[in-house]
Amino acid sequence: MTARSLAKRSVSILVSVGLTFLGLTCVTFFIGRVIPIDPVLAIVGDKASNETYARVRAEIGLDLPLPVQYWRYLMKVVQGDFGSSVITSHPVLQDLLQVFPATLELAVPALFIGVVVGVPMGVVAATHRGRWQDQLIRLLSLFGYSMPVFWLGLVGLLLFYAVLGWVGGPGRLDVGFDDIVTPVTGMITVDSLLAGEYEVFWNAVSHLLLPASILGYLSLAYIARMTRSFMLAQLRQEYVLATLAKGLSPWRVVWVHALGNVWVQLVTVIALTFGNQLEGAVLTETVFAWPGLGLYVKNSLFNADLNAVLGGTVLVGVAFITLNMLSDLIYPLVDPRARDR
Amino acid sequence: MTEITRRLLLAGTAAAPFAGWRHVVDAAVPKDTVVFAKQIDDLISLDPGESYEISGGEIATNVYDRLLRFEAEDLSKLVGGVAESWTVSPDGKTFTFKIRPNLKFHSGAPVTAEDVEFSLQRVVMIAKTPAFLITQLGWTKDTVKDLVKASGDTVTAKITADLAPSLVLSLMTSIVASVVEKKVALAHETNGDYGNGWLKTNSAASGAFKLVSWKANESVTLEANPNFRLGAPGMKRVVIRHVPEPASQRLLLEKADADFARDLTPDQIKPLAGNPDIKVESFKAANTFYMGLNLGYEPLANPKVRQAMKLLVDYDGMVKSFLAGRFFVQQSFLPLGYFGAIALTPYKLDVAKAKALLAEAGFPDGFAVKMAAPNAPPWTEISQSVQQTMGQAGIKVSIEPMELKAVIGQYRARSHQIAMLSWGPDYFDPHTNADSFVHNDDNSDNPKIKPIAWRNRWFIPEITKDMLAAARELDTAKRAEQYAVLQKKVTEEGPYIFMFQNNIQVARRATTTGYTPGPSGDLSYFRKIKKS
Repeated sequence: MTARSLAKRSVSILVSVGLTFLGLTCVTFFIGRVIPIDPVLAIVGDKASNETYARVRAEIGLDLPLPVQYWRYLMKVVQGDFGSSVITSHPVLQDLLQVFPATLELAVPALFIGVVVGVPMGVVAATHRGRWQDQLIRLLSLFGYSMPVFWLGLVGLLLFYAVLGWVGGPGRLDVGFDDIVTPVTGMITVDSLLAGEYEVFWNAVSHLLLPASILGYLSLAYIARMTRSFMLAQLRQEYVLATLAKGLSPWRVVWVHALGNVWVQLVTVIALTFGNQLEGAVLTETVFAWPGLGLYVKNSLFNADLNAVLGGTVLVGVAFITLNMLSDLIYPLVDPRARDR
Repeated sequence: MTEITRRLLLAGTAAAPFAGWRHVVDAAVPKDTVVFAKQIDDLISLDPGESYEISGGEIATNVYDRLLRFEAEDLSKLVGGVAESWTVSPDGKTFTFKIRPNLKFHSGAPVTAEDVEFSLQRVVMIAKTPAFLITQLGWTKDTVKDLVKASGDTVTAKITADLAPSLVLSLMTSIVASVVEKKVALAHETNGDYGNGWLKTNSAASGAFKLVSWKANESVTLEANPNFRLGAPGMKRVVIRHVPEPASQRLLLEKADADFARDLTPDQIKPLAGNPDIKVESFKAANTFYMGLNLGYEPLANPKVRQAMKLLVDYDGMVKSFLAGRFFVQQSFLPLGYFGAIALTPYKLDVAKAKALLAEAGFPDGFAVKMAAPNAPPWTEISQSVQQTMGQAGIKVSIEPMELKAVIGQYRARSHQIAMLSWGPDYFDPHTNADSFVHNDDNSDNPKIKPIAWRNRWFIPEITKDMLAAARELDTAKRAEQYAVLQKKVTEEGPYIFMFQNNIQVARRATTTGYTPGPSGDLSYFRKIKKS
């Protein structure tokens, strides 16, 4: 890659990131201003005097024209100031740094399950097309697709937490383990390991297991379906027949050559799945009382806490952009042809 | 024998990690800790000069001591809190409070009259939502420092408004009379905010519990104050966990990972009846569930139409079916349990009589009307029932379900036709509700305050005068009589269809006792909770 093309590529990435960011904040900002919930009421409550109402309205800048409000917001965001949340009283950035690790802690094992189980399932379904293995995997994927996560969560809790007692209940830790570990990364599993508090770690894992498995199951369903269809397309290619004719073992043909060619597409699917999980699974977080990004943004939205909603949206946007760029970087690793492009 | 040993060994080895696992999964709630599973996402501030949400009020009640109190031992008896005694001047304008000696803040510093003076003045100076509770005494930013003064161990508070002493004393039990440690608040002051920014998430208090932490959308943790003036609380720690989903609350309670579940729905409470480890208790709350009829919409301005509509609600049917246990019929702006409240149920479903009234009013075929209602239970069920029974007399109600805050937004803008809502009192005196439902002597579009009567365009300068007279009546028996007359009048003539008062249902572990939620957050005490 020449210096010139590198510069060109960097500029194009920067422009696309900038535009995405601008569009994201603009749409969220104006939607936030037209929803029929009055942000001032969310702060002062129904019983405040007109004087208090007017003062707070001016304090949060709602008395200014919309474009001016947006411009002011944008200028602040560029400097890293997302404003303060009215419902938590903290700077939004501080809130996000607290809730995002909780979501991440849930999303990473979920994605791991999705990939480690979903991809092989998809491959098996493709190689056993139409046979019972394929039907079984289809059934499992369909179930994962179509069951409301809310229901799955509640049934999971009822069975594995309430009846069998195999996993921890709603929340990130049992009350007895609260406030033992000082947050460093915000991910309790990581923080407890860093602090050498293994009981806290295992308790956190027991709480993480069920929601992560359920989210993992949902992404698994999607990843397996996509892997199956990508693989089917590959298995119809002539090189597959050729390699088989050359005497390579079918196992090697499928798992190394065919699957190897599918990775580029799969990386995109996996990145998107991960992005979706980072958005925060509102319903999962509700059922499991998991104080993550989804719950935070939902709660902020219902209270017209616009700074928090905008901050959350920008964070999700940034996560998507980063994942996109990451998958761009990964392509050349899994596909030699992309290296020269 | 060898075989069995080997099998045992294998089984033992396989089970070993799970034995450890059991230990971490089944970590019980410590004996000295009580856990509430509750929705606390309404919490936006823990500063008693600012907090006005249910969850915030409840926490402030337990963290801050107040000038006067209705204590957990007898919720109907006014007693001293931080104040040991008090006197009222014969003209009812000067209140003198003697502060108890030897009280201590959580910091260890003594509670002084100066702290009380500061706390009352502070509420007026920072002018947040609950300030209206005491600015109605006539205190303003300019005058409060002259009207509320400490001297030695007494605080003198002069009021300029005409209000009954019992009302003023009731206000001194509300959240705004929480005593804040002056030195700590001022040490954290920024831009003249009297420490408001810091106190949103911290405390400077002398109540039964110390605030340990508030993690937004996650939990609030309190720790017992062993030096509390009424003795150390029964529990060392109180943890209020935010559990948004009622079904999850129920599971936590059943597994003993929570001692109380506060937001269970009727379908979750029913099956708990058979569980010997769990008790469900019902307490009278003080919320009034009603419909506000906007007189700006022509048919509703007709008194006969309003009478007819009051006869087109199946009050009894609802409380006997889907509202069973949680609501009872009370057709008054005052909830039972409040001073002066009378049990009032003049209206029952009577379609024939309603039809006759509608015909007399010139609407023999009814009319169409829109009703804004919160899009959550029990509003959805109540509004559907109302829609159905009103329909029987030709009134075509179209329900507009929306977020609660959106309904309130419409209501405050007077753009609704019918709004279905509830109202909770702000302090333990009938004036709190009367001042909203029966106050409108300025029907202009931008009055100083927007009470409920104004929101429904019920212009009542004369009745407002009667209501204000009741607020300043010194003779208690006479005052009660005045409220009785007002209630009957407002229920009959007012633009309100009063329906229900609610009960709070709390599910608890059978072994955890001593908690009563009280009719409002102001009376919800944690300090008597015990675990056996």
